[in-house]
Amino acid sequence: MIEAIGLCKRFGGIEAARDVTFAARNGEITGLLGANGAGKSTTLRMLYGVLTPDSGRACIDGVDILGETSAARAHLGVMPHATGLYNNLTARENIQYFGRLHGMRRKVLKSRIADLARTLGMQEFIDRRVKGFSQGQRIKVALARALVHDPGNVVLDEPTNGLDVMAIRNLREMLKALKAQGRCVLFSSHVMQEVAALCDRAVIIGRGRVLADSTVQEIRARSGRDSLEEAFLQVLGATVIEEH
Amino acid sequence: MRALLTIFRKEFIDNLRDRRTLLSALLFGPLFGPVMFGLMVSFALKHTLAESDEPLQLTISGSENAPGLTRFLETQTELRKVNMSESEAREAVRRGSIAVLVLVPKEYTGLFASGAPAPILLIADSSDSQTRKLANRARAVFAAYASTIAQLRLQIRGVNPLIGLPLAVNEVDVATPAGRALVVLGFMTYLVLFAMLMGGLYLAIDSTAGERERGSLEALLSLPVPRASMVGGKILATCSYMAISLALSLSAFVLVFRFVPLERIGMSANLGFGTALTFFAICLPFIPVGAVLMTLVASFTRTYREAQTYLSAVLLVPTLPIAFASIYSLKTERSLMLIPSLSQHLLMTSILKDEAVPLVDWSLSAVSSLVVAAALFWLTERQWRRETMLG
Repeated sequence: MIEAIGLCKRFGGIEAARDVTFAARNGEITGLLGANGAGKSTTLRMLYGVLTPDSGRACIDGVDILGETSAARAHLGVMPHATGLYNNLTARENIQYFGRLHGMRRKVLKSRIADLARTLGMQEFIDRRVKGFSQGQRIKVALARALVHDPGNVVLDEPTNGLDVMAIRNLREMLKALKAQGRCVLFSSHVMQEVAALCDRAVIIGRGRVLADSTVQEIRARSGRDSLEEAFLQVLGATVIEEH
Repeated sequence: MRALLTIFRKEFIDNLRDRRTLLSALLFGPLFGPVMFGLMVSFALKHTLAESDEPLQLTISGSENAPGLTRFLETQTELRKVNMSESEAREAVRRGSIAVLVLVPKEYTGLFASGAPAPILLIADSSDSQTRKLANRARAVFAAYASTIAQLRLQIRGVNPLIGLPLAVNEVDVATPAGRALVVLGFMTYLVLFAMLMGGLYLAIDSTAGERERGSLEALLSLPVPRASMVGGKILATCSYMAISLALSLSAFVLVFRFVPLERIGMSANLGFGTALTFFAICLPFIPVGAVLMTLVASFTRTYREAQTYLSAVLLVPTLPIAFASIYSLKTERSLMLIPSLSQHLLMTSILKDEAVPLVDWSLSAVSSLVVAAALFWLTERQWRRETMLG
């Protein structure tokens, strides 16, 4: 379970997050939906502990993420960018690196990587250097790297950015599998269809504020619109009018 | 500690597989300096040695006007006779087809016979350092001839010729060819330090700005690893590359010096593997200073390119104290041992000069370097704790 409790963050004069509160539950996929610059990345960065909130707390399974060696970090897998891999290392070495930094023992790590290679279909290229990998292959490696320590919670920042159709479809399947394993999956996106197709819950964020937080069906029902896209616009539109 | 070693290992292997890093750290950096240096020194040595051995080549025009002078010149120089007008002669020297030309005008014969000062023209191009030297040598030959004639004239008139020599100046030039070579050898210490820094340059960039540009930094920072171990591992990897580069560079110097004719000026003994090992020990404490400094500067930059720009300036930092020292020709002094890079330079120069290096100086240099490195490390770790690291 991932909890944002009253998160506030200010960069100079810009309030990137204002009292952001929501929870992403285990066994569910939660989508953090918002336009570019709405505060999605800031919120996620606070949740995985690379940004310190001005006020509020970010908790993983009830443990505060703050602090370089917080126990919460051990229960969290992070995939900030699909491309953030080391090109000169093989897929296995990339995953191993993070496993070792999580303090995993050699033997455990070996069998864990073998498992991941099987479930994510990476056997073919696991010992090849990442340089020259397709987007689809990269996303598998990046996801395996985030999952190597078998975390109960996974955060992905705009994971579909720059991916082709096949890779996106692959990713969806992988996220669904994670949900089926009972993990808590939280990802950000600015694409409505994606959230609608994949998520159990959606948290809509705009101008650093949570505008809606409920199941995808509820958001649709409440706004009286069929598609999430229109509901999204409705929610956004309401706040724009409110603020003027 | 385990995390630190994991990060060290990863950075070491990652960069070992990078052709750019490998070429600059382990090939160009350590080898370029010694090879260039070897060529430079052997050229300079040949030059200084050859110069004084070779007979002076002189061209004379109008030699029929001064048969006595011509005879004298023939004994002292390699004389070539031509027949040119003054304007032709000037033109020939300006073009460089003749280095130094002596022109004896028609008036010479009459004036010389009457005992008045007889004019000769010495035409040379003073903007060329080579011909300037030749002209100086020619001047010396003329002075010798003039003084011989003067003494003969006094003798004929029954005067003791020594009366015309009120001074007996004996010049003692302590700048032996060996001393001159030492100036050049001092440059070697800078090349050693430079090669060492070059060895760690790309790793320092790749493990900081490169990590950020690739987008791998965020994932790394989300891990339960203390920032000190993270930075420590990266810096340790940079240090190891610098140490390898230093070792290669010193070995290359030892090899190069086998082919440089240093023995002709009596300097071959103190540049063997033993000296190289001593140099390695002297430079070792400077490695963390360089590694941390480069990592610190690269930590502030956003891209690989930006880091490269700033770090090329950092490469010049160790030159400043060395340049300062050579301009003011600072002698090895205990207080100077507190300045990293300068202390290493001075210690190495002392050893090249075959001077004894007190153990106190040595340890002072090492300790002060390590203190500076620790202070820089503290700054770097602080920077890595800051949110601006994400860029």
